[in-house]
Amino acid sequence: MNIATTSGPFTHASSTVQKTMVTVLLALIPATAFDFYLFGWPAILLFTVTVGSCMAVEAACLALADQPVKAVLGDYSAVLTGWLLAMSLPPWAPWWVGVLAAVFAIALAKHAFGGLGQNVFNPAMVGRTVLLVSFPVVMTAWVVPHPLFSSGAPGLADAIAITFGSHMPDTVSAASALGYVKTELSRGIPVTQSMAQVPDLMDMVLGYRAGSLGETSAILILAGGLFLMAKRIISWHIPLSVMGGLFLMAAVFHAVDPARFTSGTFHLMSGATFLGAFFIATDYVTSPVSKKGQLIFGIGCGVLIWIIRTFAGYPEGMAFAVLLMNGLTPIIDQYTRPRMFGRNRKGEPLPLVKEKP
Amino acid sequence: MKLFSIRGGVHPEYRKEQTSEKAIVALPMPRLLYIPLQQHVGAPAEVLVAGGDLVKKGQMIARSQGTISASQHAPTSGRIVSVTDVAAPHPSGLPQTTIILEPDGKDEWAELPEPIADPFAADLQLIRERVARAGVVGMGGAVFPAAVKLNLGTQYKLEILLVNGAECEPYITCDDRVMREYADEVIDGARIVARVMGAPRVVVGIELNKPQAIEAMTKAAAPFAEVEVVGVPALYPMGYAHELILAITGRETPAGKRTAEVGVVAYNVATVRAVHHAVRFGRPLITRVVTVSGGAIREPKNILSPIGARVADLIEFCGGFSAPPARLVNGGPMMGEPLPSLEVPVVKGTAGILALTAEETNAQAASPCIRCGSCVTICPGGLSPVEMAAFIRKDNLEAAARLGVMDCISCGSCSWVCPSHIPLVHYFNYAKGALNDQERERRKSERVKTLAEVRVIRVEKVAEAKRAAMAARKPAAATAAADAPPGNATASTAEEKTNA
Repeated sequence: MNIATTSGPFTHASSTVQKTMVTVLLALIPATAFDFYLFGWPAILLFTVTVGSCMAVEAACLALADQPVKAVLGDYSAVLTGWLLAMSLPPWAPWWVGVLAAVFAIALAKHAFGGLGQNVFNPAMVGRTVLLVSFPVVMTAWVVPHPLFSSGAPGLADAIAITFGSHMPDTVSAASALGYVKTELSRGIPVTQSMAQVPDLMDMVLGYRAGSLGETSAILILAGGLFLMAKRIISWHIPLSVMGGLFLMAAVFHAVDPARFTSGTFHLMSGATFLGAFFIATDYVTSPVSKKGQLIFGIGCGVLIWIIRTFAGYPEGMAFAVLLMNGLTPIIDQYTRPRMFGRNRKGEPLPLVKEKP
Repeated sequence: MKLFSIRGGVHPEYRKEQTSEKAIVALPMPRLLYIPLQQHVGAPAEVLVAGGDLVKKGQMIARSQGTISASQHAPTSGRIVSVTDVAAPHPSGLPQTTIILEPDGKDEWAELPEPIADPFAADLQLIRERVARAGVVGMGGAVFPAAVKLNLGTQYKLEILLVNGAECEPYITCDDRVMREYADEVIDGARIVARVMGAPRVVVGIELNKPQAIEAMTKAAAPFAEVEVVGVPALYPMGYAHELILAITGRETPAGKRTAEVGVVAYNVATVRAVHHAVRFGRPLITRVVTVSGGAIREPKNILSPIGARVADLIEFCGGFSAPPARLVNGGPMMGEPLPSLEVPVVKGTAGILALTAEETNAQAASPCIRCGSCVTICPGGLSPVEMAAFIRKDNLEAAARLGVMDCISCGSCSWVCPSHIPLVHYFNYAKGALNDQERERRKSERVKTLAEVRVIRVEKVAEAKRAAMAARKPAAATAAADAPPGNATASTAEEKTNA
């Protein structure tokens, strides 16, 4: 019998880190499966390479740090990072993109800071961003969907050539909707006109369009996000404030100048908005701990996404916006602590209410 | 009645069904009783008996000493075996002075103080004396002497006496059973306490997961207009007095103040029942109801136990262990303490004895914090456990203190909810202990410093006086030397000496 002196409680909720991570992975399965179907074997290969690399790099880092490899790998945090990372890459990108991104995500963004829970920046987004900045052409080579087993879809052999031989067929590349509108705008073609060429809203919601894995199945990502809320893994605060911030900025400017600015709905449905709002910005480690802080964090992400998409050189701003707000998380935490019981916001004891005479 | 929301809180598995339907049963008198002199906050009682003395049931065997203390009484008639050191029911298991009583089986009552027939007309001081004499302490866990608390009415203007029947700890059902089986006694005791304290209203707060208790208490309270029974949400730690007062009255007790300063005083249901016994029958507090439960107990029970029965006696009465317990707990699983052994006695503050299986405790090794923020969301104290723990890990206790670690009530909600199984409360208890130590050290060194300064001033004064005396003497001596013949010099010096 253990009579070691420890403080209570001597009962515990059933939650564990592993359970949390596995639930998030479960929530990602429908969208991922659908994307595998859309983009076929090359996407499956890249996904496998990316997740496998993340686990391998995690194992290597743990071994270097003299930590128990098997036990820590079992928390599935590296799997989740690899999974989210794979979902943010172009589905037909070559294998080394996945490997390099994994090294940056796990070794530099996570373990260099001290491992799980210690990192300031979202590892998957660091991996994606480093690759995007270093290899902009490869990282924006989108393809139109080639559903598995449809005519023209690459078979397994073709897929191996695409992923491991960097044998990207020229004919299949396509721009994402955000990229297309941006390019057209730079050529002097107003939004009102270029919008006619982007996939209609229904296709965007269902995901039948060019983009990364996680960008192309808004409705399944949303379903996964709602599942996480139902399981109380995430709360509504971050997703709603990210989308709210983005939508409000877009809607206001669209109302002012529809020829220059795309609509709020378009912003919500395009790019990685849903993936970012439900799965990326909600990362526990790199977002504020208090609900109030989470609202500020989310709104900040939403506004930054809109600014980057609208004014910066890159068509999509989710990763940059989340990383920028990650950097602000410690200071947000410091200013959004709850009010202590019996004290005012400054921490002074509440005044005693004087009895009315 | 309109209720107010409290911050945070958790919903642990209550697991009360193991004992909630079991009526209170009396423990057969054990072979020996171990009655510690200190079962309360304050000074230990002063022992009145010695080995070999014969005592009767209810006879005072140790007298309250000092302003905050409580007397102890013999739970049955018998012979005092000895007064010696026995392990205390405290996690340390350190010995404390304990009276060992061998029951004679006759259970003969001593001569008790005259019952007060009408406590609602009697002199208030007389009631206070009776409660003090009966050794009643807070039985909800605080074990503060009830008689001392009764005096709060003379210092503050009280509006509400809150009778705490929330019983928010999982497993524990002793208050539930007391309210179901002795509702009239509880209500009567509450009305007596309210009268002594000058509180015009009595509110009984009971968590909604105890519908039978609410029903019984409502029925018992019906004849009295000033008494109201209120169901409060089952949300841990609703039974913490500050939280219950906030939920029922909307009054938030300022940090560092007493609840009496917002016009409310809280008493546990078992405590007011003990007051009823003391006032109506002159009976001291010599028994209490203890819930013995947990997955490792063969037959969980609510036991009426004499004070001083060993935990082992209670567990034996419950058929012993059905499985090897992973953890023995004194109290509830959230705020209770580990029991050092089965040999320690039941005391006035023992509400529960739990023998939990590994499955129930669900203890796991801590893994790194993933900053999920659950602890911040559920902390009823509005603290930020994740940040405080990070500072304490780095031994930066001052930073933890700035974040309010001294305001932590150790309710355990954060540790309970933590997916990484980080023993947050253990960190905070450590920090509180260390900070208290530092504070004591600081006060001590401040006192030493003050004393040293005073000494310097005193020495300076003495030296000053000497110099003044010397200065006064010199001219006097010079004059004397000039006036008097040389032969008188010795006499004049002697005179100086007597003056000095």
